[in-house]
Amino acid sequence: MSNFPNFKLHGSGLALLFLMLLADPALAASDRPPSLGLGSPASRSQIARWDIDVRPDGIGLPVGHGSVEEGQLVYDEKCAACHGTFGESGDYAQLAGGVGSLHSAQPVRTVGSVLSHATTLWDYINRAMPFPNSKSLTPHEVYAVTAYVLSLNDIVPPGTVLNERSLPGIAMPNQSGFTTHHGFMAIRGEPDVKNSACMKNCTTSTTIISRLPADFTAKNYGNISQEFRSLNRDTLRAETPIPSMPTTPESGPKLALINGCTACHQTEQKIVGPSFKDIAQKYRQSPDALKNLTQKIRAGGAGNWGETPMPPQTKPSALDLDILVRWILASPSHS
Amino acid sequence: MLNEDNALPLSPQEPAVRGSYGRVAPAPTHFLVPGGDTRRRLLGGLLGGSATLFGAASFAQQKTERQVNPPPSTGLPRWSQALGQPVNTTYGTPSEYEKNIVRRQSPGLTTTNQSSIAFAPLQNLFGIITPSGLHFERDHSGRPDVDPDQHRLLIHGLVREAKIFTMADILRYPSVSRIHFIECGANTGMEWANVAVPTVQYSHGMLSCSEYTGVLLSTLLDEVGYDSKKSRYVLAEGADAASLTRSIPIEVALNDVMVVYGQNGEMLRPENGYPLRLLVPGVQGVSSVKWLRRLKVGDAAFETREETRHYTDLMPDGISRQYTWVQEAKSVITSPSGGQKLLDHGYYEITGLAWSGRGAVKRVDVSTDGGRNWKTASLQAPILSKALTRFRMDWRWGGDSALLQSRVIDSTGYVQPLIKQLRAVRGARSIYHNNAIQTWQVDPLGNVSNVQLS
Repeated sequence: MSNFPNFKLHGSGLALLFLMLLADPALAASDRPPSLGLGSPASRSQIARWDIDVRPDGIGLPVGHGSVEEGQLVYDEKCAACHGTFGESGDYAQLAGGVGSLHSAQPVRTVGSVLSHATTLWDYINRAMPFPNSKSLTPHEVYAVTAYVLSLNDIVPPGTVLNERSLPGIAMPNQSGFTTHHGFMAIRGEPDVKNSACMKNCTTSTTIISRLPADFTAKNYGNISQEFRSLNRDTLRAETPIPSMPTTPESGPKLALINGCTACHQTEQKIVGPSFKDIAQKYRQSPDALKNLTQKIRAGGAGNWGETPMPPQTKPSALDLDILVRWILASPSHS
Repeated sequence: MLNEDNALPLSPQEPAVRGSYGRVAPAPTHFLVPGGDTRRRLLGGLLGGSATLFGAASFAQQKTERQVNPPPSTGLPRWSQALGQPVNTTYGTPSEYEKNIVRRQSPGLTTTNQSSIAFAPLQNLFGIITPSGLHFERDHSGRPDVDPDQHRLLIHGLVREAKIFTMADILRYPSVSRIHFIECGANTGMEWANVAVPTVQYSHGMLSCSEYTGVLLSTLLDEVGYDSKKSRYVLAEGADAASLTRSIPIEVALNDVMVVYGQNGEMLRPENGYPLRLLVPGVQGVSSVKWLRRLKVGDAAFETREETRHYTDLMPDGISRQYTWVQEAKSVITSPSGGQKLLDHGYYEITGLAWSGRGAVKRVDVSTDGGRNWKTASLQAPILSKALTRFRMDWRWGGDSALLQSRVIDSTGYVQPLIKQLRAVRGARSIYHNNAIQTWQVDPLGNVSNVQLS
């Protein structure tokens, strides 16, 4: 598409200028060419590998065939566990039965009662089934399973062999069960329900006709209050132990990092505070090294290593602090 | 100075109870000590005269059962003294105190966890953007882990030249960013016949809104030279095990459909189609095919399983409406909403979300008396086409039973209907497109629950 207005050219000079404008992208009104030329041309064989959709008119069906009896073998092995031996299981999609139930209070949606085209069944089995291993059936198997599921619905008799020519012609019980006469197909579609925007003293019933049974929520959803943001649980939280770091040997350096120790202490060198190595050497002289260092970290203080005070460290849990202290005291081995 | 509740400093004018701020808080089991623990402390002195002001013994009783923080020994919380953690160089996650704000499945709804739904916790969200980690998830054969380097998009069918695009190709096209909602066609589908779920997470949580970035589908259709005379539908197909397929009308495809890779400033999350999905604004979510691998331009609709067995609206006469794309205007109050509890009388902000697949939200009205009288709520900008819009209304609750409702009017003039109006036309078995006005009942104790009116 051109960005130039449609005007009549007079004289070759103007025409030449026009062509020059077209030829030079820098002079064009937009830097965006009609085509970026990106993407690679798709070859016929590349398309064939992905082009798996099948339409009601049969377009897309591969050459192949399968019988009801062949289908039963595949079905019993790969499908019956979920759908039931006769397609009757409602836990997963129920495949058989329910014909004529759609206008009842309990509609049963199955291949037989809902689908308008047998090709849809073929397409779905081929692309999405079996559930844990989709696209694993051969076209032959898909024709066969399709035939078997149709036979479970009494749509084809035993012995039927389906192929790419016969499948689109299968008459489905619900083939006239769909309509597109509604307002949902377009933005400007006509809504089927019209409410008024009454603001005052509107005549409407405020009688409650439905609510959950008293014990329903607790029984099915557990403690629903847990599903809300609560800003009133401070105390409960404060009493919940803070999760400790895993007590693996490498957790010492990590604890030193997340607890902020490394802001002032390094392994080898003095920065703001003494190095872990120096601390280890000093405290190791005492038989109560573990206890003393733990207390020192908790309480903080100044004077041992200079005037810069060490703030009390209240954050690490007792367990974390124990890991930290043991790690510090083992200093030379990790320097 | 901190009050005994270890909360905000209170001015003398304000009642010395945190709930008095009008905060909507959950059921009292939250702050009752299980089994009547001896740690339970009376708040009589703290409450002073405020409990009697409410004039309801039940409220006073509830407050005496609230648990109170012991004052910290130093008078300061520990985070005000101890050095904090180093700056975070990993992908940031919410505070551990927010860990109960998650997507959830509705018990018993689906047989497997792969072909299932995780609902967005609308009751806990602010504004209109759904955090990507809380966007609702609907998968048909589980969530694939797609390698973007190996992912390809094939566009073929009625085109001048069929093409295969890599992610690198797609990312080079001129991009657009737009804010749109995605709502599953079955959102609120469990409530057609009766109240079925307790909270807005389950009743309306197949709804989310993001800023999406990608390429307009029209750009790519131009690139392959679609046949403008014969083309009627574009089939979109996913790369997951379900390879879910939906037919998109060509006029919709050329209008505002996007091929999306970005969501809220980063790449799509795996559960939302990483690395590439379709976005069909205003249309039921199933059309916004995730993990998009193929677009086929055709001269007819494709009548796929998700257009016949599912995502069709069963009418009382047994006929199903097919290709019911548009999500009609809908709104819901997210706070106060089902499962919550109003702790005190006084001020509350009623807030919620409104949206329309046909355009922008024009107005939202709120009723606290079950629809007899309505007041127009204020709308929070931005008010965008086919996007969630946040509405708010001031409310003072005096302790009487209340029936909270919201009603949206969209830019086409369409007014959100009552459930009984929908049932009169469509019956109660159509599963999809339930956009009825939602009612939350507030009882005199402040319990909020999901109800339907006759």
